[in-house]
Amino acid sequence: MLSISPTNLKFASKRASSIQMQWGRIGIYGFLLVTALFFLLPLYVMLVTSFKELDEIRLSSIFALPQDVSWDYWKVAWSSACTGLECNGLQVGFWNSVQILIPSVIISVMFGAINGYALSFWKIKGANILFACLLLGAFIPYQVFIYPLIRVYAEIGIYGTLTGVVVSHVIFGMPIMTLLFRNYYSTLPIELFNAARIDGAGFFKVFFIIMLPMSTPIIIVAVIMQVTNIWNDFLIGLVFAGNDNLPMTVQLNNIVNTTTGERAYNVNMAATILTSLVPLIIYVASGRWFVRGIASGSVKG
Amino acid sequence: MGNVNINKLDISYDTTFILNQLDLSIEDGEFIVLLGPSGCGKSTLLNAIGGLIDTSGGSIHFDGKDVTWTDPKDRGIGMVFQSYALYPTMTVEKNMSFGLRIAGVEKKIIQEKVNWAAKLLQLEPLLKRKPSALSGGQRQRVAIGRALVRDASIYLFDEPLSNLDAKLRAELRLEIKKLHQKLKSTMIYVTHDQIEALTLADRIAVMKDGIIQQLDTPYNVYNKPANLFVATFLGSPGMNCLEGRLSKKGGGITFISSDILIDVSDYQFINSPMEGQKVTLGVRPENIVVRGGCEQAKNVFSGMIELVEPMGSETLIWSKFSANQTLSHCVNSDQIFTKGDSVQVQIEVTKCSVFDTETGFRI
Repeated sequence: MLSISPTNLKFASKRASSIQMQWGRIGIYGFLLVTALFFLLPLYVMLVTSFKELDEIRLSSIFALPQDVSWDYWKVAWSSACTGLECNGLQVGFWNSVQILIPSVIISVMFGAINGYALSFWKIKGANILFACLLLGAFIPYQVFIYPLIRVYAEIGIYGTLTGVVVSHVIFGMPIMTLLFRNYYSTLPIELFNAARIDGAGFFKVFFIIMLPMSTPIIIVAVIMQVTNIWNDFLIGLVFAGNDNLPMTVQLNNIVNTTTGERAYNVNMAATILTSLVPLIIYVASGRWFVRGIASGSVKG
Repeated sequence: MGNVNINKLDISYDTTFILNQLDLSIEDGEFIVLLGPSGCGKSTLLNAIGGLIDTSGGSIHFDGKDVTWTDPKDRGIGMVFQSYALYPTMTVEKNMSFGLRIAGVEKKIIQEKVNWAAKLLQLEPLLKRKPSALSGGQRQRVAIGRALVRDASIYLFDEPLSNLDAKLRAELRLEIKKLHQKLKSTMIYVTHDQIEALTLADRIAVMKDGIIQQLDTPYNVYNKPANLFVATFLGSPGMNCLEGRLSKKGGGITFISSDILIDVSDYQFINSPMEGQKVTLGVRPENIVVRGGCEQAKNVFSGMIELVEPMGSETLIWSKFSANQTLSHCVNSDQIFTKGDSVQVQIEVTKCSVFDTETGFRI
């Protein structure tokens, strides 16, 4: 008897805890479901509205499904909606955004990586002060820089050009990119860096051969951040790009905010979804990379 | 060639000195172990020799050439780190050949060298693996191989075995010793493990607070410690320390602790002791020997056993010899002793160490 009762007790407590856990689980899923619905509702409304005719939008509930699905308004949004005087749709803005995005992301991530690497491994005098200054930059609002930057760009002749926008994105992305990479590199053992130095690698060889291949997880995080930030940017594009290079967000604004004529809600909704598609795809496609740690195996284990 | 000469080396962070006016000269082909507790500056000294930290003063010469400000890669050194520091994205082969590839050595020669080192360290079946697919002992062997491939004249080891379990540590220790005998190159090895130090070294530099306390052969460091710190740092089980004074009355020299008298006339004093000098007598547990019967020998004491610690090959016994003197001593593990037994022991004075209590130096 003595040997049985503790076992019984153990079973009893295990059962109780598993029931508790079940209820807890139901609670968690319930909460997540409600939250997901809450955040998905606007997307749903946008999606259904983009397929409806204008009359249908006016007459029926905003939650109702479209009577017949038509892609016409998406086509209009993409290729023939008016953005001011021209009526070429969002496609112009899309390609402008791509042209801005690709160099900006590559250059700003590269700069961030090199800065972070230099700050965490090549401990020069005053490195911390330098880093503090860089971080301070992250807390000053963009608007403060705009006028001085316009003057500088006008002076050197890149105001209203693609180069101007790209340079601006690189500058404004630098603090956060540097912080990201510095924090990542400071988790790597300094011995790895020392070993490479003894093996004869210099500043750039250590970076490109040893550090960069180990940085995949953080590069992916950085790329996601920069793609989202730069794609969603409105202010820098509006101010620095010039009329020929306006990014998609600015074009979207021009379509949606036309003051004359009837408001084409369906086209507006389609245009908005089109504009937000790129960051959305990036998130979905790269989710699994977030968790991966490449550095495992270099240190003791 | 691999002579190392360190002159008046200073290393300081801000205003605190890690190393202060340190001198050390190492012969070609010598195996030097830097031994000391953590924070004693031994790793700092090794990093300075490797050129990984800047010096604040003094100089380092390799074979008469000043390398104080030379880049690590130009010093002709190979280094093995505690955390292995293998490049995680490269295979074992690529890890080992990295230095040579950077230096632009011909492919054929690289291949030869890597194969030679792999054979020496039994790494041949692992060459295509990534470090993450290796065990701790294998990783450290790869790290040693990477250092060997560089064809250095001086090898630096920074606590290479600290992350391994006891059995592997003993195996790899043996391999490092064999390696040194085969290569005959200068090796400088940092550790806090006295067994590693005693087994591997030609000479041990015992360090504390950035100062080399004693630089001598393992035998001398263990048996003739230069000061109290060295005496107590080395040896496991640790040395017994009795505080007292010396008396020269009655011809011989006697050590008087509160209630114990030990005749130390046979001890070889470096400096002739003074009457009444305050000293500490250091006796290693193995130098207190159990004596059966009641022979009329010098320095025989009887005590009562308080604690018995079996340690496998031998047994450590803590016995009380007087009101406030409990000493530990070793006996063969075949002999059975139990708590409460009385025991008769002799202190072998010639193998003891006498230190001046005030300065801590051996006299």
